[in-house]
Amino acid sequence: MTIVPRKTPMREQPPAERIRNFHEVPLGYTPEEAVQEAKRCLQCKRAPCIQGCPVNIKIPQFIRRIAEGDFRGAIRKIKEDNYLPAICGRVCPQEIQCEAVCTLGKKFEPVAIGRLERFAADWEYEAGVEIPPPGKPTGFRVAVVGSGPAGLTCAAELRRYGHEVTIFEALHEPGGVLVYGIPEFRLPKCIVTQEVENVRRLGVEIRLNVVVGRTVTVDELFADGFHAVFVGSGAGLPRFLEIPGESLVGVYSANEFLTRVNLMRAYLFPEYDTPIKVGRRVAVVGGGNVAMDAARTALRLGAEEVMVLYRRTEAEMPARAEEVHHAKEEGVEFHFLVNPVRFLGEDGVLRGVECVRMELGEPDASGRRRPIPIEGSNFTMEVDTAIIAIGNSPHPLIPRTTPGLEVSRQGTIVADDLGVTSREGVFAGGDIVTGAATVILAMGAGKRAAYAIDRYLREKYGRKGAG
Amino acid sequence: MAKILKTKEICTNIWEFIIEAPLIASKAQAGQFLILRLHERGERIPLTLADWDPEAGTVTLVVQAVGKSTREMVERFGEGDEIRDVVGPLGLPSEIKRYGTVVCVGGGVGIAPIYPIARALKAAGNGVVTIAGARRRDLLFWLDKLDAVSDELIVTTDDGSFGRKGLVTEPLRELLEAGRVDKIWAIGPAVMMKFCSLTASEFDVPIVVSLNPIMIDGTGMCGVCRVEVAGETKFACVDGPEFEGDKVNWDLFLARLAMYRDLEEKALEAYRATTEERL
Repeated sequence: MTIVPRKTPMREQPPAERIRNFHEVPLGYTPEEAVQEAKRCLQCKRAPCIQGCPVNIKIPQFIRRIAEGDFRGAIRKIKEDNYLPAICGRVCPQEIQCEAVCTLGKKFEPVAIGRLERFAADWEYEAGVEIPPPGKPTGFRVAVVGSGPAGLTCAAELRRYGHEVTIFEALHEPGGVLVYGIPEFRLPKCIVTQEVENVRRLGVEIRLNVVVGRTVTVDELFADGFHAVFVGSGAGLPRFLEIPGESLVGVYSANEFLTRVNLMRAYLFPEYDTPIKVGRRVAVVGGGNVAMDAARTALRLGAEEVMVLYRRTEAEMPARAEEVHHAKEEGVEFHFLVNPVRFLGEDGVLRGVECVRMELGEPDASGRRRPIPIEGSNFTMEVDTAIIAIGNSPHPLIPRTTPGLEVSRQGTIVADDLGVTSREGVFAGGDIVTGAATVILAMGAGKRAAYAIDRYLREKYGRKGAG
Repeated sequence: MAKILKTKEICTNIWEFIIEAPLIASKAQAGQFLILRLHERGERIPLTLADWDPEAGTVTLVVQAVGKSTREMVERFGEGDEIRDVVGPLGLPSEIKRYGTVVCVGGGVGIAPIYPIARALKAAGNGVVTIAGARRRDLLFWLDKLDAVSDELIVTTDDGSFGRKGLVTEPLRELLEAGRVDKIWAIGPAVMMKFCSLTASEFDVPIVVSLNPIMIDGTGMCGVCRVEVAGETKFACVDGPEFEGDKVNWDLFLARLAMYRDLEEKALEAYRATTEERL
């Protein structure tokens, strides 16, 4: 057997074209390309990729089905473990998960597992989506707070166990970070709409415009007859650098910037009512996926120059490799070992940013080498827009309004690996527990919590169910 | 979807809307706000609650038609129509307790949200003096409602066309000079709240203001509503909307309010063009 050393390339919109639109960048595999890529999989017995996946998709099995041309079989196999494959295939950091441990990857490029997952999911949308039957009704009612990746996955999984599920979403559209955070060009909103629709078709009720912690509290959900509550309320208020000038007009949090564009469609202003302003020279502070999303969005909104300022080096950047690659192709400039110390303004409006150069010292708690400012290395850059993408605090409302729920010093809900919290019947998972992380980790947490909720309900009320 | 049960122009260009929103009505407390979105392409508009009726399941909003969305709301949304999204109640409620004598200042459209606060303060056993101010007589409303929950009602207009001629800060100063004020609430234009705060701090009397910064989600996620209070960054949607007025960085607040003024103009022009097309 001859081994093809490299991944089958995926067609993409060329950079010069795509920076003028919000359409998706990678265009997906054709069936022929997918089969060709699937045949690269060694079908090794050990299958380390399964352990590398936070929701343990049976990867070699679905890939074998693609290689055999059995696309329906492939998507069925994926959906045994993952309800949102069209999303994961697009936004998972495969290079540090399944593909990082791929046996083929030891000598060559790993199998393009993410691209194949996306292919199978997209194929199903064309061919017709199958909704797996829900479990036998138990009569138990579970409230899920938040319709982001953790909540959607938990809800879908709970239906599989036969429980009744209502999702409460604070915003006017379901999807959480998938709609307000991740841009159209990386995750088209129609994909999210379809995935949410599939969760609805499983029998999950989604109630929009209900802020748990304000419109209703967790205690009131129990009083209303819910037997358990899953909290997947996600990331909350953005972190700022806490340096002078951060409230100048022209300084955005990435949350605000991306929410305007993604959720509120500000890129279509004035056809849509929410405006956005982007200057000529934009500085994005941070090195994660959100920073890449903000930088690439700024380019598409017409910025002439977009610079990413990151206090460590490229090697420590938490962003997915593909996002960094795409950002570079599109002309985003990277300034490494640089940290802002002050925003400069005139009449309350941003005009520039003063930065200091950094060097890397000893490793810190995260295991990455700690950046240390180099004294006297300050310099000024002229910018008229700055976007701070250095993370979020956990969403504050439920920790603040739920008595008996243990919360960490950082404001995250304290929960074990199965989402069990200090409060009986309350489970939690996703960014509200871990702090800002990835879509797939939140999904994994939602899935495990559904298992724990099912176990809790059956142990507490016995096997017969609520009825 | 929330159905509009009643609309009424209560004075020039200021409209009262009664909206079906049972969940919000059952939870509302003085000082809180809601966010609404008129239609699929609409922006999220934060509005402080002017009144609510838990039994009828309704909330009352008072809207001044100034920008694109508020104009659209009064011109194109009438009784029986539905508002696409309504969410709330949001923000922390006013801290209602027995302070002694409280002065409640409502300026312009801020007269509406000061009403439930005055009512709650009165019910908590405070002596309530309410000052209602507007530019002209035809911009005043709800004086009877305010009167019913106040021990004393003072009305001012900039041009003297009704009540006292002058600004709300003048009777406020006199009350402070008379030395019988324990606490102040002020809601109105940012400049009015700023000057009420300056006046209050001269006399060392605590003042609460209700800030209305630009908001998007309004639930503790986007961070655009950040305000500087006592040198610290606070978020009006979850830490407010009420703050101690003497500790607010007003210049920054005013600058941030004006952030999108040019685009707001543009949106209004585009809206006017569509209105003309319709005629």
